Amino acid sequence: MTQSSGLDEFFTEGAPVADTKAPVVDHISEMWDKRRFEAKLVNPANRRKLSVIIVGTGLAGASAAATLGEAGYHVTSFCYQDSPRRAHSIAAQGGINAAKNYRNDGDSIYRLFYDTVKGGDYRSRESNVYRLAQTSVEIIDQCVAQGVPFAREYGGLLDNRSFGGVQVSRTFYARGQTGQQLLIGAYQALERQIAAGAVKMHTRHEMLEVVVVDGKARGVVVRDLKTGEISTHLADAVVLASGGYGNVFYLSTNAMGCNVTATWRAHKKGAYFANPCYTQIHPTCIPVSGDYQSKLTLMSESLRNDGRIWVPKAHEDDRDPREIPEDERDYYLERIYPAFGNLVPRDIASRAAKNVCDERRGVGPGGLGVYLDFADAIERMGRATVEAKYGNLFDMYARITGENPYETPMRIYPAVHYTMGGLWVDYDLQSSIPGLFVTGEANFSDHGANRLGASALMQGLADGYFVLPNTINDYLAAGPFTKVDESDPAVLEARQQVEERIAKFLSIKGTRTVDSFHKELGHVMWDYCGMERSEEGLRKAISRIRELKKEFWEDVLVTGEGMELNQSLERAGRVADFLELGELMCIDALHRQESCGGHFRAESQTEEGEALRHDDEFAYVAAWEHGDSGPVLHKEDLVYNYVELKQRSYK
Amino acid sequence: MKINLRVWRQKNPEIDGKMVDYQLDDVSEDMSFLEMLDVLNESLSVSGEEPVAFDHDCREGICGSCGVVINGIAHGPEVTTTCQLHMRSFADGDTIDVEPWRSGSFPVVKDLVVDRSSFDRIIQAGGYVSAPTGTAPDAHATPVPKKDADHAFDAATCIGCGACVAACPNGSAMLFTAAKITHLGLLPQGQPERDSRVIGMVDQHDAEGFGGCTQIGECTAACPKGIPLHTISRLNKDLLGALARGEG
Ligand SMILES: Cc1cc2nc3c(=O)[nH]c(=O)nc-3n(C[C@H](O)[C@H](O)[C@H](O)COP(=O)(O)OP(=O)(O)OC[C@H]3O[C@@H](n4cnc5c(N)ncnc54)[C@H](O)[C@@H]3O)c2cc1C
Ligand code: SF4
Ligand code: FES
Repeated sequence: MTQSSGLDEFFTEGAPVADTKAPVVDHISEMWDKRRFEAKLVNPANRRKLSVIIVGTGLAGASAAATLGEAGYHVTSFCYQDSPRRAHSIAAQGGINAAKNYRNDGDSIYRLFYDTVKGGDYRSRESNVYRLAQTSVEIIDQCVAQGVPFAREYGGLLDNRSFGGVQVSRTFYARGQTGQQLLIGAYQALERQIAAGAVKMHTRHEMLEVVVVDGKARGVVVRDLKTGEISTHLADAVVLASGGYGNVFYLSTNAMGCNVTATWRAHKKGAYFANPCYTQIHPTCIPVSGDYQSKLTLMSESLRNDGRIWVPKAHEDDRDPREIPEDERDYYLERIYPAFGNLVPRDIASRAAKNVCDERRGVGPGGLGVYLDFADAIERMGRATVEAKYGNLFDMYARITGENPYETPMRIYPAVHYTMGGLWVDYDLQSSIPGLFVTGEANFSDHGANRLGASALMQGLADGYFVLPNTINDYLAAGPFTKVDESDPAVLEARQQVEERIAKFLSIKGTRTVDSFHKELGHVMWDYCGMERSEEGLRKAISRIRELKKEFWEDVLVTGEGMELNQSLERAGRVADFLELGELMCIDALHRQESCGGHFRAESQTEEGEALRHDDEFAYVAAWEHGDSGPVLHKEDLVYNYVELKQRSYK
Repeated sequence: MKINLRVWRQKNPEIDGKMVDYQLDDVSEDMSFLEMLDVLNESLSVSGEEPVAFDHDCREGICGSCGVVINGIAHGPEVTTTCQLHMRSFADGDTIDVEPWRSGSFPVVKDLVVDRSSFDRIIQAGGYVSAPTGTAPDAHATPVPKKDADHAFDAATCIGCGACVAACPNGSAMLFTAAKITHLGLLPQGQPERDSRVIGMVDQHDAEGFGGCTQIGECTAACPKGIPLHTISRLNKDLLGALARGEG
């Protein structure tokens, strides 16, 4: 395959990915059955002798821990919050997809599969996505049985809505708090297993290293965030369910503690990192209000069903929006995409907002905002109806901005929301390190270059309740593996790496706070590896990140001590890893000389400025191996047998 | 605006803490309360002092991590979480006291951070439906009247923040416990374990050292999710019924 010239200084290319372990079948619909049949089983009496470590208690981690605990394995779980119930999954608002076809509106497993592959701009793996669609129906049953209070209709049956621009109503929801209710269901199942002694839970513990012995993942090194104590935990297999890395941008809709440390440490021990540059930028977030801003708040996508998005036609028009007459407004989405209007997919809506702001037509502080206007909706449906539908979102907006959205249009701007990239996994969700499995947002998963709304919750729970518990047994059947001793050189080395890093952070005693480095990294990532990327910009970003990394290790200021609760030290570790990840993201973005999904390369667009894919050259997963002299690229070719590749069009 | 802060500083559980004064001169009213503390922490760090430790994560009012007592009120003057409180709720020149949740069952870990693991143990004592993965019938097998589903949802919105305990003169966690009893008790899926659930959870509540409920109502007033007091009446009714049926 051709490699464009001039990029050799950034990476080398290794052997292609040989095998994803997807079974060979006549039709894709038989694949998951075949895998479950062929995977070796572990008899219940032997499960007691096998141990699994799970890092993370979000949807992907809590569901796996509860299920594997119930199945009889010894499970040890970790999370950095003070309770497993606080994992970031709790913040998801909109809903969860499932191909139940309860509406009788033509939905099916195939349609969910098709929508997901197309939505991902043909950069996801057919086999995994098909299984996701198949599993989706079981998830809803499981959650209802746990007492998850989904929205219901007057007849007592479950309600559905359409979400994220698809034409069927397959999204199940629990008001604007679907993630919370699903996570509480999984959390309660987990707590039941903790009470039963099947799962040992360690809250306020941060995993800082993977232990790899004889090429297999055998444990983790963690720091007790309350006391600072470092400890090693060993097991027969390790599962990372540690969430996404959107906080590499500093500002994002992710929780403050979301980080890449667990997966990055695994990457440095040999796990491939796939498609790191695929990030999702959500179009409807509350804009930045000042330099002190610590996070961005998502306003549910459902607002685009009734709100109209516009900016003034004139540059730098700072009139009160209510005084701008109709013919001096540009409803740009309706103008450019008459067929989909305000409901175009997330990546397209985000980029369009950026474009009008780049033209100096943005509104609000710094000109970084567009209006989302409900005046027409209020006139059409009446204020009471708008209030019933969106009241809680309007309240949230009012609380944060101090403005009343019933009277003046909301201001919104895109923000980093989700990361499609993550550790590379095969069909069994096993990484390139044997015995290391990765679930949920932490893996590179099923969403290709762009994720559809309501699909992350589905994937997290599919992975944790149904996929992993039916594949990890194939690996564990060969166990219990030789017992690893705490004094094994590989164990000691992992522990020493952690201790040395902490000692280093505390000894630098520089002049710049961790946050100031994080903010600067975030600016670089947003400017050059955000909604639009170019070769020139990415090269600039890579050299700036390298400098920043050097400065960080010479001049960072970490207060306090190691053997105590020390939030400055916690953040230093996370930012150190973000600095390394940021560089790999830029290299990945630089090498992918096409536009696809959330990855828009300025050099690769159609005459109308739309994303232009190059399937002949780039229809592959970029799986990066960590190498001492730079990253090594392994390509996994994507073959489409069940969906025809097309250029997406929403005009 | 200018803000005078008096913040509880306590290095660890073994050492006594005290209130320490700080002044911030340049606070914007659009800042959230926690962003105001971030600004304080950046300036403390630069001058070589230890920043104030506090719990937070989502900063969207949903994870339940944050929570401090502000001028004597759990989560401060508005009915919301600490992270969703904004500085426009205060005036230029105000003095603001910031303290951790005060309860024997929530020991202070450091500064404003407390240990709320007792809540997890109350859930372990029965706050679930036993539904092993894979055993579930079709989701539509049991319709649930919308009214019940909506009320169950109202109770299920509890974020486990602990403000109810901090606000209660008795240090009771009955509102938190009752929210879960109500959520699961209203749904058909929660019926088989209804008696053992309420007995187990109330026993654990007491074993953790939380106080008894005397229906004062401070908990509801402080609750950012507006969990109503009548959930506690419901818990009491369930408990009496369960005891009468001789469960537990
Ligand atoms: C505001 C918002 C709204 C969203 N809305 C939707 C929606 O409506 N529908 C949808 O489908 N998706 C939505 N998403 C996406 C979805 O919520 C997430 O992708 C998904 O919940 C991730 O789940 P997870 O289990 O993989 O990770 P998380 O829930 O992030 O959990 C990560 C876990 O790992 C632990 N952890 C992380 N690092 C470490 C470490 N080093 N050591 C120990 N523990 C660690 C954490 O403590 C936590 O328990 C939304 C996302 C956001 C930000
Ligand atoms: S009942 Fe209210 S105050 Fe108490 S923990 Fe739940 S949400 Fe917090
Ligand atoms: S930080 Fe999550 S509720 Fe306040």
